Amino acid sequence: MEWEAVIGLEIHAQLATNSKIFSGASTAFGAEPNTQACAVDLALPGTLPVFNEEALRMAVKFGLAIDAEIGRTSIFDRKNYFYPDLPKGYQTSQLFHPIVGVGHVDITLEDGSTKRVGVTRAHLEEDAGKSLHDEFPGMTGIDLNRAGTPLLEIVSEPDMRSAEEAVAYVRKIHSIVTSLGICDGNMAEGSFRCDCNVSVRLKGEEEFGTRTETKNINSFRFIEKAILGEIDRQIDLIEDGGRVVQETRLYDANKNETRSMRSKEEANDYRYFPCPDLLPIVIEEDYIEEIRNNLPELPDARKERFIEQYKLSDYDAMVLSADRFLAEYFETVVTAAKDAKLAANWVMGELSKHLNANDTSIGDSPVSADQLGGLLVRIKDNTISGNIAKKVFEVMWSEGGSADEIIEAKGLKQVTDSGAIEAIVDEVISKSGPQVEQYIAAEPDKRGKMIGFFMGQVMKATGGKANPGAVTGILKKKLDALCD
Amino acid sequence: MFDKTLAELAQGLENGDFSSVELTQAYLDRIKAEDSKYNSYISVTESQALAQAKAADDTRAAGNAGAFTGLPFAHKDIFCTEGVRTSCASKMLDNFVAPYNATVVDKFNAAGGVMLGKTNMDEFAMGSSNESSFYGPARNPWDTERVPGGSSGGSAAAVAARLAPAATGTDTGGSIRQPAALCGITGIKPTYGRVSRYGMIAFASSLDQGGPMTRTAEDAAMMLNVMAGFDRRDSTSMQRDVPDYTADLSKPLAGLKIGLPKEYFPSDLNPAIAEQVQNAIKEYEALGATVKEISLPNTGLAVPAYYIIAPAEASSNLSRFDGVRYGYRCDSPVDLEDLYKRSRGEGFGAEVKRRIMVGTYALSEGFYDAYYKKAQQIRRLIKQDFTEALKEVDVIMGPTTPEPAFKLGEKTSDPIAMYMEDIFTIALNLAGLPGISIPCGQTNGLPVGLQVIGDYFAEQKLLNVAHQFQLATDWHKQSPEGI
Repeated sequence: MEWEAVIGLEIHAQLATNSKIFSGASTAFGAEPNTQACAVDLALPGTLPVFNEEALRMAVKFGLAIDAEIGRTSIFDRKNYFYPDLPKGYQTSQLFHPIVGVGHVDITLEDGSTKRVGVTRAHLEEDAGKSLHDEFPGMTGIDLNRAGTPLLEIVSEPDMRSAEEAVAYVRKIHSIVTSLGICDGNMAEGSFRCDCNVSVRLKGEEEFGTRTETKNINSFRFIEKAILGEIDRQIDLIEDGGRVVQETRLYDANKNETRSMRSKEEANDYRYFPCPDLLPIVIEEDYIEEIRNNLPELPDARKERFIEQYKLSDYDAMVLSADRFLAEYFETVVTAAKDAKLAANWVMGELSKHLNANDTSIGDSPVSADQLGGLLVRIKDNTISGNIAKKVFEVMWSEGGSADEIIEAKGLKQVTDSGAIEAIVDEVISKSGPQVEQYIAAEPDKRGKMIGFFMGQVMKATGGKANPGAVTGILKKKLDALCD
Repeated sequence: MFDKTLAELAQGLENGDFSSVELTQAYLDRIKAEDSKYNSYISVTESQALAQAKAADDTRAAGNAGAFTGLPFAHKDIFCTEGVRTSCASKMLDNFVAPYNATVVDKFNAAGGVMLGKTNMDEFAMGSSNESSFYGPARNPWDTERVPGGSSGGSAAAVAARLAPAATGTDTGGSIRQPAALCGITGIKPTYGRVSRYGMIAFASSLDQGGPMTRTAEDAAMMLNVMAGFDRRDSTSMQRDVPDYTADLSKPLAGLKIGLPKEYFPSDLNPAIAEQVQNAIKEYEALGATVKEISLPNTGLAVPAYYIIAPAEASSNLSRFDGVRYGYRCDSPVDLEDLYKRSRGEGFGAEVKRRIMVGTYALSEGFYDAYYKKAQQIRRLIKQDFTEALKEVDVIMGPTTPEPAFKLGEKTSDPIAMYMEDIFTIALNLAGLPGISIPCGQTNGLPVGLQVIGDYFAEQKLLNVAHQFQLATDWHKQSPEGI
């Protein structure tokens, strides 16, 4: 039997407003518990919400970026349920009239193919606070700093058929919201998180299978793993004669598995109704046009520009354009180095390797784009070799400093003076009797490959500082002279 | 001194006949001596009141006194007052000391008003008799065996018993006008959005509106001058200039067109009420007004629609009282569900629980369209009735209540009978229109109220119409025996 997965995603993107969606409290992350919760956030008796217009602008930007209908009259509804980190006993959200209607994004898959994924809607809502279960034995702590942080919930159509497609979609949305500057995209801090609705059916089947929803996954890798795991679990279940139960599940990253949280029968009746404390948001055409005219460059357009302007390959352009901050970093490096290919190789190679290994985002990179640009300038003007540059980069990453300072301090400047190189070559040749004999004995067309040994010795002797081109030339000249 | 209106007291302060401290102390002494009969106050804030009075006297001495400087009054215990218990007459908030001021409270403070205390009310403003108060019912000064009305019953009783020259109230379905009528005072519910709701503990957000409860229309105008105005903290408040509500009081009424809705004079209306109201209309005709019968055809749907919308909103508004952050929490909860169930079960009274259940039911999946949505449609029809009628007439008049003050306990076992108390007042809240109740007669020694309804933001007109009546009659000057 051949199975097919059907996946729909709900993404919660925290909007990068300075203050909360319905109060003046700060949204900054990481403050002491309950220091960023005002009377409104605490739901003190008598308090009322006031809508933060900045959140509206951001939502409209997103709607325009995915070519969606903008809700001319959108209305906040109350979603009623009891939980200690939900101070009012309801979440203010938008059910019936969301700010963003039907839209779409195009995703590119590893095999180079593209696919269009529908976005059903995106609506504004407030985040809840946090319950802290581990810090206080036998009790639960409530931190309401996050309560009231604006969220844009982006709901996709069930258009994805594999974990790969799902991850590509999430990356695309991530790329759009960060490019728009409406979300910092920080998944570790929960600024961008995803609920995955997954079902399976036999290939060719029209009807959807019963779906499960796995909540609040906060990394691309976990999204992929959770979906793959859930697809396998459902297929195994059905093949063993069982059936999938509609339920909410949690992904446990430590065990790499999903587990049941609550079933549909236990689900709340949220008793949605329009919030009487907030007026409908009515948007004029002018407002939308003003935002449309000021939209920043979006990932798709940026990718095309990178191919055109920097002559990058399709793949390099996609990787470098997807993340706004990575793209900006890349372009700063190009400006300094004046070599797009070299810049692309370094940003996607050495820099990305270090960022990944240290779990650091591009925004927090200890090596700035200017520093890296300065390093590449020194490769270009032959001051250092590519290999030495990697050493310089290591120092930059761990200790800081400009390329020139590090090259100077560590004495890494490339030796290009042919007199100095000749002296070292002579010494290497005189110490390598057997290898020289082999070289002489070899057929002339095999000798080229044998140069590598001598090259290595020269580099060892110079600490890698000798200019490789110059060394090769001198070695060849001197060894070939011995053969005559 | 206790028979003086706010306007007269303001004149006395201005003339130097007495200081604000003397005036305030006199009222505090009187409350101490008399309020055990009426239970009109939940909290008396003596030291704060005297401090405010002292500050007001200093302001006056410095030559900076305004129209309200040094005048004592009381706040309904639904308005949050910083550092003072704000209970909403509920066990749930018996221990709640508000950490901030309602906008209305800030405005009175800024105007130099002196808060005597916080008045009794129905629990969370849910009731028409004050009997649902956790602190026991306030009593009607005209007959202490009878209810003062509700929910602003404490404010009405305090003003009628001369325990405050004026008080604030709130009106969700008649909660200012009905107790004003039953206690023989003046009470105006302004247009929805005229007075900020920030810090006024919500019962039903789309209906709640604060307003003054006073002896006279002139005093109500003075109070409304302080209370009204846009507040950026209340998104439903109106960005609209506030007129001087005392400016038009003396305009003559010649040519005033009065509409009498036939639905407000049903055949089973208490004949004494009908008679007093008709007499008042005759008085208006004598003042130059013309009268026309009109129809508000959807009047009969107002109470049922209200008892869907108000409880639905209340069920959500009262969810925040969960025993987690403030207010009542049950003893030794075993788990979260137990904490919720017992804190709310023990903290709320019967009427509040009834309305939470009704509202929860009305919003439930599968019932929303049949109840809440339908009620909202009716609400639009009711609004349309008034808009049509007000194209033909300047004001609409009728009885405020179907009968005078009833006995304590008389309706507590029959919620429907209690809800019908608001039959003439509720439609205005659904429409968002302003309405004023003024004393217009008596039956068996109990006051009767006349309700005057105007167009949106026609408070000035209503106060003018009420004031002219009060110049021509002395029903508003009557006081209960022994007071």
